[in-house]
Amino acid sequence: MNKDADTTDRIKETLARRYRAERRFRFYGVLAIIFGLFCVVALFVDIVSKGHGAFRQTFIEIEVVYDAEVLGVSDPNDAEQMAFADYEGVVKRALSRKFENVSGRSERRQLNRLISSSAAYDIRDKLVADPGLLGTRETIWVLADDDVDTYYKSVASGEPFTGRVNELQQAWIDQLQEHEEIRLQFNRRFFTSGDSREPEQAGIGGATIGSFLTLLVTLVLSFPIGVAAAVYLEEFAPKNRWTDFIEVNINNLAAVPSIIFGLLGLAIFINFFDVPRSIPIIGGLVLTLMTLPTIIISSRAAIKSVPPSIREAAIGMGASPMQVVIQHVLPLAMPGMLTGAIIGMAQALGETAPLLMIGMVAFIVDLPGGFTDPATVLPVQIFLWADSPERAFVERTSAAIMILLSFLITMNTVAVLLRRRLERRW
Amino acid sequence: MKHNAKLMAIGLATAISVGSSNSHAEARDYISIVGSSTVYPFATVVAERFGKSGRGATPKVESTGSGGGMKLFCAGVGTSHPDITNASRRMKKSEFETCQKNGVKDVVEVLIGFDGIVLANSKTAKQMNLSRKDIFLALAKKVPAPKGMQDSFTTATTLVDNPYKTWKEVNPALPDAKIEVLGPPPTSGTRDAFAELALEGGCKSFDWIKAIKKQDKSQYKKICHTVREDGHYIEAGENDNLIVQKLVANPKALGVFGFSFLDQNSDKVQGSKIEGVPPTFDSIADKSYPVSRPLYFYVKKAHIGVVPGIKGYLTEFTSEKAWGPEGYLAEKGMIPLPDDSRSTFASNVKSLKVMTGKEDLH
Repeated sequence: MNKDADTTDRIKETLARRYRAERRFRFYGVLAIIFGLFCVVALFVDIVSKGHGAFRQTFIEIEVVYDAEVLGVSDPNDAEQMAFADYEGVVKRALSRKFENVSGRSERRQLNRLISSSAAYDIRDKLVADPGLLGTRETIWVLADDDVDTYYKSVASGEPFTGRVNELQQAWIDQLQEHEEIRLQFNRRFFTSGDSREPEQAGIGGATIGSFLTLLVTLVLSFPIGVAAAVYLEEFAPKNRWTDFIEVNINNLAAVPSIIFGLLGLAIFINFFDVPRSIPIIGGLVLTLMTLPTIIISSRAAIKSVPPSIREAAIGMGASPMQVVIQHVLPLAMPGMLTGAIIGMAQALGETAPLLMIGMVAFIVDLPGGFTDPATVLPVQIFLWADSPERAFVERTSAAIMILLSFLITMNTVAVLLRRRLERRW
Repeated sequence: MKHNAKLMAIGLATAISVGSSNSHAEARDYISIVGSSTVYPFATVVAERFGKSGRGATPKVESTGSGGGMKLFCAGVGTSHPDITNASRRMKKSEFETCQKNGVKDVVEVLIGFDGIVLANSKTAKQMNLSRKDIFLALAKKVPAPKGMQDSFTTATTLVDNPYKTWKEVNPALPDAKIEVLGPPPTSGTRDAFAELALEGGCKSFDWIKAIKKQDKSQYKKICHTVREDGHYIEAGENDNLIVQKLVANPKALGVFGFSFLDQNSDKVQGSKIEGVPPTFDSIADKSYPVSRPLYFYVKKAHIGVVPGIKGYLTEFTSEKAWGPEGYLAEKGMIPLPDDSRSTFASNVKSLKVMTGKEDLH
């Protein structure tokens, strides 16, 4: 009796302390999550605040005259003449008509710097597409130079960056502003064009296509190989020292730094098999090496989670081992395998280090048209822009990060949804 | 059995796709360029303009570093090897020999311009005025013993571990601030050039160290090129934009990077005067600013005519509208060559004059 009261007293004494410890313990957990969330929010706010500007671009309105004499074109059907005509001259004439009081070589040159070099190429494309325009005049919006773009955007933010535009150019921009001949437009080019050394013309279109082609190669190679390996190891392989050895190696490969796979790819595919550098095939091959362990491990886990009773029932009904696997185990394990594959692909999408060794860290302007065209991928594009001196690349870097993150988030969400939807519990 | 056949078909298809890409490599229809990350911003502009003008496919430019580029370039002749390599220094004798050994016999050398290396600090701080001797004393690993440390054993010609902690200790005319310099790591070409031009420039001002050069070249190089590792020189990675950001955050620090980054961030950072000369476009061009380096590219003559467009690319690069004083490369921050060297190299390119190996290579 006495003893019992003693114990109860002692429990009561420590109870408050244990509750406190419990609350503290939970608090630490919440703190950890808050810290993580805070970091994620800080990252996103930083990236979005730096990158949102890249989705809008400064354009200037000019009235161009497609003058055959200025262009130096005598026959609009002559492709050679049309390709090498003086389109820059047309742009320069348009500008000097707009600012009639500008004289002198150096002032004119400064004036011509307001407009991006892409304006001339745009006019060429227009004229080549429709030679009937020759001799007419037209008012068009053309891209402003990146220095003008940076200045124009910084004026709106209240702290004008005047490092790369002089007072004369600022006055011209003010004049354009008064006549509403300069404005921000949605930057379509950012999504459709390839890399460029002129920030205003640079886009992630090329890198996105490159990423897509590379991932397609990776998926086509790594998924069948990974699933085949997983099925054999799980369903058919005898359990002996050899299969243990293979298992240890697969788990080990999953943890190997990705740069090693790049070196392996360089040594085997490029130096031995003579696959050309910088193309999606070589990128896909290297990323296949990298994602295979992930896919094999997740596929094995998915196969393992199919209950033995299903296999036994199938065998009991007279199915052969291969029929059991193909008609019963694989369909049931497929959601888990696909989830693993998507996560592996998301990993491959964000990878740069192995691509460094095989020449995919390169300046490529033309959009890749197939698996054997030189290409680069999204994270590499981010890396290259982050290293560029032009200030306008800062916002483009952040904008490209936003695109890459949105792809990753989509892929991971699909993986989670797929698992929720198709997962079966036994 | 049916499924086995399917698997085999997949394997076969893979083999064929790899094999067919092989045959594709034989007929490369775009120029492949590798090499220095310093020349990369300029080579890429030319490549892009060349491609957009419709004279051929846009060349592919990889940024591999000068040394890495030479290694790829000299590996052999054939379309699986690059056609052109960029370098922020001249080809070394050993590299020329490797080229010769691997059958890359005819190489055209083109000097394209200069790049200045600046020591800069935040605009909120005072502009520094340094001499190369100051830079050497502040940043070298071993320096001649200063007066205060000299006794019967250590004289003015004894090397000691760098004892200087503030700029004022190096030179009484400099501010009393801790020596704190952010710069690229040893793998970077900028670091090599900085060591060669700034540190060695200051190092040579000690006659007795200069005398070592005649006796023991590697010892001399070790004294003059080794940067201190006690925390006063901070390796800040290869990314120059990052160094600029760090300078803004820390007005007490100086940073080492290429001139084009100073040019683009002139509202945030200012270049220190060296020997009284501030780094500007003109002072680097007329060589009064002492810390500048030459930029080159090298062309494999055997590939001209095999890979389409090389001649066109060379013509574009050596045209006045590209590398001239008013050209678009100058706009990007490259410092152009003087008029007479431009015309010499342009005519070398036209006649495809190859290197003989008798040049003054190191």
